Amino acid sequence: MYELFKDLGAWLVSGEQWTGPDGIGHRLAEHLQYSLLATLVAAAIALPLGLLIGHTGRGAFVAINLASFGRALPTVGLVVLVFLVSGLSMWPVYIALVALAVPSIVTNTYAGMTAVDRDVKDAARGQGMRAHQVLFQVELPLALPLIMTGLRLALIQVVATATIAAYVSFGGLGRYVFDGLAQRDLVQVLGGAVLVAVVAVVLDLALSALQRALFRHRPAQRA
Amino acid sequence: MIQFDTVHKRFPNGTTAVHDLTLDMPEGGVTVLVGSSGCGKTTTLRMINRMVEPTSGAIRVGGRDVLEQDAADLRRSIGYVIQQSGLFPHRTVLDNIATVPLLLGWGRRKARARAAELLETVGLTADAGKRYPHQLSGGQQQRVGVARALAADPPVLLMDEPFGAVDPVVRTQLQDELLRLQRELSKTIVFVTHDIDEAVRLGDRIAVFRTGGHLVQCAAPAELLARPADDFVADFLGAERGLKLLSLVPLAGVPQGPAPQDGDWALRLDAAGAPLAWRHKDGDAADLPVRPLRDGDSLLAALDESLASPTGLVARVDAEGRLTGVSSRDDIHEGAARERDRCVRGPVGADHAVPRAPAAAGSTRDDVEGRA
Repeated sequence: MYELFKDLGAWLVSGEQWTGPDGIGHRLAEHLQYSLLATLVAAAIALPLGLLIGHTGRGAFVAINLASFGRALPTVGLVVLVFLVSGLSMWPVYIALVALAVPSIVTNTYAGMTAVDRDVKDAARGQGMRAHQVLFQVELPLALPLIMTGLRLALIQVVATATIAAYVSFGGLGRYVFDGLAQRDLVQVLGGAVLVAVVAVVLDLALSALQRALFRHRPAQRA
Repeated sequence: MIQFDTVHKRFPNGTTAVHDLTLDMPEGGVTVLVGSSGCGKTTTLRMINRMVEPTSGAIRVGGRDVLEQDAADLRRSIGYVIQQSGLFPHRTVLDNIATVPLLLGWGRRKARARAAELLETVGLTADAGKRYPHQLSGGQQQRVGVARALAADPPVLLMDEPFGAVDPVVRTQLQDELLRLQRELSKTIVFVTHDIDEAVRLGDRIAVFRTGGHLVQCAAPAELLARPADDFVADFLGAERGLKLLSLVPLAGVPQGPAPQDGDWALRLDAAGAPLAWRHKDGDAADLPVRPLRDGDSLLAALDESLASPTGLVARVDAEGRLTGVSSRDDIHEGAARERDRCVRGPVGADHAVPRAPAAAGSTRDDVEGRA
């Protein structure tokens, strides 16, 4: 056990391991690229949907059921399914990652919108704001902390799951995990896994800190 | 200023909130809508700025039918204050107040300048403008709510139980402030409350609603108290109807005589002639406090003072606080009976059968009501 950790340490800090097309630097960049792109696309789909459901109050069942659907979604199964249909391309990876990210963004956006005080919305309308002004000047800013939480959760999930790109022969930190498994190189598997975990935790902490800085004037969230 | 013409409101679930309401709310006056919960008073208020649309009938503000105007434009032209203030938690107090000017396109600088001016009007410091609503007390938040409603200087102000969520002491302060503001601004105010004391204090006219959205009676406070239209109104006004009426009648009409010189108790005056205390002639007992009353103070305050005074006499003073004479308990009782008779026998529908205790009396009336 001790030997294993010593090897893992050596693997993580060795200079040649970080450079070149197979190096950690490159794999990390690939991993982040997949994750960010997938989360952005998911946000482009999920934010308008969540805002619409939250603002109109219609279709709330969609938002609520999406959450459980997202939890039950077999990501690897989805990758294989799309892979069988589309052949060898990045499509299966992105589709699976976006499908993974959409539910948490929709549900959190919706939750943020419904958590906005009814009296405040009523007052906004009563002061003479039009529907779009109520949405963009009152509801959206007030829902923003929860919306950002949704984006953060989605990004973390995607980062953790983007290892599957390597499953269908692409790059990212998953490369080490799948290659290591194929080569029975436990140190490499462990190294990949540790890197993914570290990236996820660092992103989570950084985004939490950003959120706290942005919303330091807000009263404690009730939701 | 605001006219309801056979306005009916039935909600989709079948309940009738307002039943064939015809009511005029005069310009520059405070019309208070009272009634127990579910009587349609809030719905009536919210139909004025189209937060609720009437099922039938017409509502005119300044002669124009509200349904023919754009709802958002209409609302910008009417101040709106709600319970719990409804302030925007993500905006500073200053930006909250500037809401309507910004919607009207005044520009940020002019809107903020106006907001800063209003902070002072409602009795808040400039420092409060930079804070966020949750950093203020409940009473301060309500002041901000009033300032926000006044920002674009609308002729009409709608207030939906604005002081319902603050403690009684702060509530009295806010009521005083509103009366003071109203003397300066003379807005047409529609005020919803379920508190009859608040209605009597603030209202020029009081409209009493009964469950089912029926308007039972609309009259000046004194007339309402003296001549409730039916048992429902009388019940709603409560057991101390007579005392509430006295709180509206000024002391001015009650005769006064010279202060007693040779009784057991005499008034001790200061150099300027202002009463200091009641003093016993033998010095057997300690001095008793005296609360001198001006002509503008209410009969209720006088009655209260006559009960506290050792002689049953009330010390009367002029505007500078100098003693002018005393009135006896009997004088006050007679005055009260006379005013009551006048209210009861006065012409039906007369708005101001009884002169209201003028505004200067505000502070002393508070004391009395605070103790009652």
